[in-house]
Amino acid sequence: MKPIGWTRDAMAARIARDIPEGAVVNLGIGMPTLVANHLPVDREVLLHSENGVLGMGPAPADGDEDWDLINAGKQPVTLRNGGSFFHHADSFALMRGGHLDLCVLGAFQVSAQGDLANWHTGAPESIPAVGGAMDLATGAKRTVVMMEHLTKNGESKLVPQCTYPLTGIACVRRIYTDLAVIEINKEGPATVIEQVAGLTFKELQRLTAIELTRGLH
Amino acid sequence: MINKVVESMRAALEGVQDGDTVMIGGFGGAGQPSALIDALIEQGARDLVIVNNNAGNGEAGLAALLKAKRVRKLLCSYPRQVDSHVFDGLYRRGEIELELIPQGNLAERIRAAGAGIGAFYTPTGFGTLLAQGKETRRIHDRDYVLEMPIHGDFALIMAEQADRWGNLTYRKTARNFGPIMAMAARVTVAQVRTVVPLGEIDPERVITPAVYVQRVIQVGEGA
Repeated sequence: MKPIGWTRDAMAARIARDIPEGAVVNLGIGMPTLVANHLPVDREVLLHSENGVLGMGPAPADGDEDWDLINAGKQPVTLRNGGSFFHHADSFALMRGGHLDLCVLGAFQVSAQGDLANWHTGAPESIPAVGGAMDLATGAKRTVVMMEHLTKNGESKLVPQCTYPLTGIACVRRIYTDLAVIEINKEGPATVIEQVAGLTFKELQRLTAIELTRGLH
Repeated sequence: MINKVVESMRAALEGVQDGDTVMIGGFGGAGQPSALIDALIEQGARDLVIVNNNAGNGEAGLAALLKAKRVRKLLCSYPRQVDSHVFDGLYRRGEIELELIPQGNLAERIRAAGAGIGAFYTPTGFGTLLAQGKETRRIHDRDYVLEMPIHGDFALIMAEQADRWGNLTYRKTARNFGPIMAMAARVTVAQVRTVVPLGEIDPERVITPAVYVQRVIQVGEGA
């Protein structure tokens, strides 16, 4: 039976808590974009979007959309004071050259070693699309994942080895799920930093296909 | 007197041949040179190799070019979109070739072509399906993949302002692939919102200098 986990907004708020002032951050398409809603307005975080913008602000009010100012998901956004625009090679140099402090990505699977699979199911009828996922996973100083702990069928998305095609090798450092916050270690089992109330460590381990250890908290 | 401003779409696309590699700027709708794409459909060149971040949306622009069966091969990073049904159908029926490229590799391969780089090593994609069959190398404890430049016969881009020399400014995130595609193609055609007299663009605001642009055509409010 699937336990009651944190909501997506609670997960986003938890990630936002770990983002310090001054950080340069890229939020992946989908669930990770929710993190922006939980960054306090007085905390100056520079949000980057792959299509050439640094210092991205929230969505515009209805009627104020400018379709020359969009994010990676092709939704209209705004620019904060201090924001800037640049072309695609500069934008990806920012991501690939180690200038991005943090990226938050969604995932199909993360392995015990921190391998990430998030771009393609590999199914023959599916149309592959990769976008900037491989550049982010490999290029950011710190890559973390925001995902549901279990698939719709109740299978662990944390796996000994990814069965879906890889996005990057040993690139994920921390995973924020609806059940726990888990740190991947270079050696040994992954560390549980936090877990949802009402779930024992033993139950969490039973739902998770990689070996876990309790962290200090 | 140098004057790169052309008055007709026929003149803008003069010389596009069957089999050419045509780079098309834009990220989704932002910076997409829609009028030039429509003109390319009209012009009639076939077996094109198209370089674009996406694979067209809805029925217009790049999607219409694909639907007209003018494209042999597409180089892009993100073909799958909610409204990419034209591409999806062609791909599933095996009627178009796809080279799927991580977006940063796409941008850097275009930049490399414009900068005269023979090839470059990047960690992006190492150990993945998208690096299969490519040369790799370990440099200082990190694994890299060798990536080749992408040259264009033509680049069709959208810019904000131009002068008759072909200096360009862009607007917000519509800049995206424009500046690098302009560098990587033999002939760059810029669709611009306004053409202003030479000297009127603040030199500090020129993003693409005149050397990278061969033709300018005004489409939009100033036309």
